[in-house]
Amino acid sequence: MKAKIIITPKKAVLDPQGQAVLNALEHMGYEGVQTAHVGRYLELELAGNEPCTSQIEEACERFLSNPVIEDYRIEWEENAEG
Amino acid sequence: MTDTLQVSNDSPSHKSSSKQLQFGVVQFPGSNSDQDCIHAVETMGHRAGYLWHKETQLGNLDAILVPGGFSYGDYLRAGAIARLSPVMKAVADFAENGGLVLGICNGFQILCEAGLLPGALIRNRSLQFRSEFVHLRVVHDQSPFTSQTPEGTLLRVPIAHGEGCYFADQETLQEMKANRQILWQYATADGALEDHANPNGSVEHIAGICSKHGNVAGLMPHPERACQNLIGSQDGQRLFSGIVDHLTQSS
Repeated sequence: MKAKIIITPKKAVLDPQGQAVLNALEHMGYEGVQTAHVGRYLELELAGNEPCTSQIEEACERFLSNPVIEDYRIEWEENAEG
Repeated sequence: MTDTLQVSNDSPSHKSSSKQLQFGVVQFPGSNSDQDCIHAVETMGHRAGYLWHKETQLGNLDAILVPGGFSYGDYLRAGAIARLSPVMKAVADFAENGGLVLGICNGFQILCEAGLLPGALIRNRSLQFRSEFVHLRVVHDQSPFTSQTPEGTLLRVPIAHGEGCYFADQETLQEMKANRQILWQYATADGALEDHANPNGSVEHIAGICSKHGNVAGLMPHPERACQNLIGSQDGQRLFSGIVDHLTQSS
């Protein structure tokens, strides 16, 4: 199984990187982009075919994300080969 | 006149203490201000030794310094990996027992990641790495770390960081204010809390804080790089004086 972890800054946290990206997109002529947020993406390859959600959630809470400033969500993907 | 590294003419005239203190300076792969921390302690006439990040036994220490740098290359998040090093369990136990722990810059980030201090440090608002002198205004002197700097004292110390913007949510900030946990704020040369004097966008201009029980502190600026006039400022020494005074008085 592959755990795909998307980590984003909490809404309450100012995101100057996101703002800089937004400004640059506008500058480049891309209209209609209202907000941009810059986060982090992790991929974990796990043994087996069942998502071990609680284990990975715990890892996210304790280490992979900082709950003070970040939100996370996990998407699961089965391995292509059996 | 050559100002030698002995700095005998810069040493503070502290009251004679019977005890020579022993500081531990934690070293992670990527720490870079560890030597400056050792030197800062030695300018005070006390001793300091390294604590390699794999150490689990601290020995007999009076205080611990967690220095600046880029531990583990700031991988994942600044301080995120360093705080899992074996030595940090010993540092946490030391703090739990009331020992004095000071985190400087990356050290502050590590202590926040470790949960020994509230809040977190994020990317500077300007997205710039800021390496410059700033002024810090001391909020109160009721902490071991500020005992030698009365309220309103201005300290001129250098910063060098890209992720020094302090953040804590409103609830945490209220609690911190109630417990007098904010120790240093960025200020102008006249002591005013103005946005242009805040180099990184920290909430409430916070440069440094302490824990609820007051024995753990962290700040983004580098007092250990301001212990000799030769390199621009001696104001940082006043912070270490507070630690020394607290430890020698209570011994």
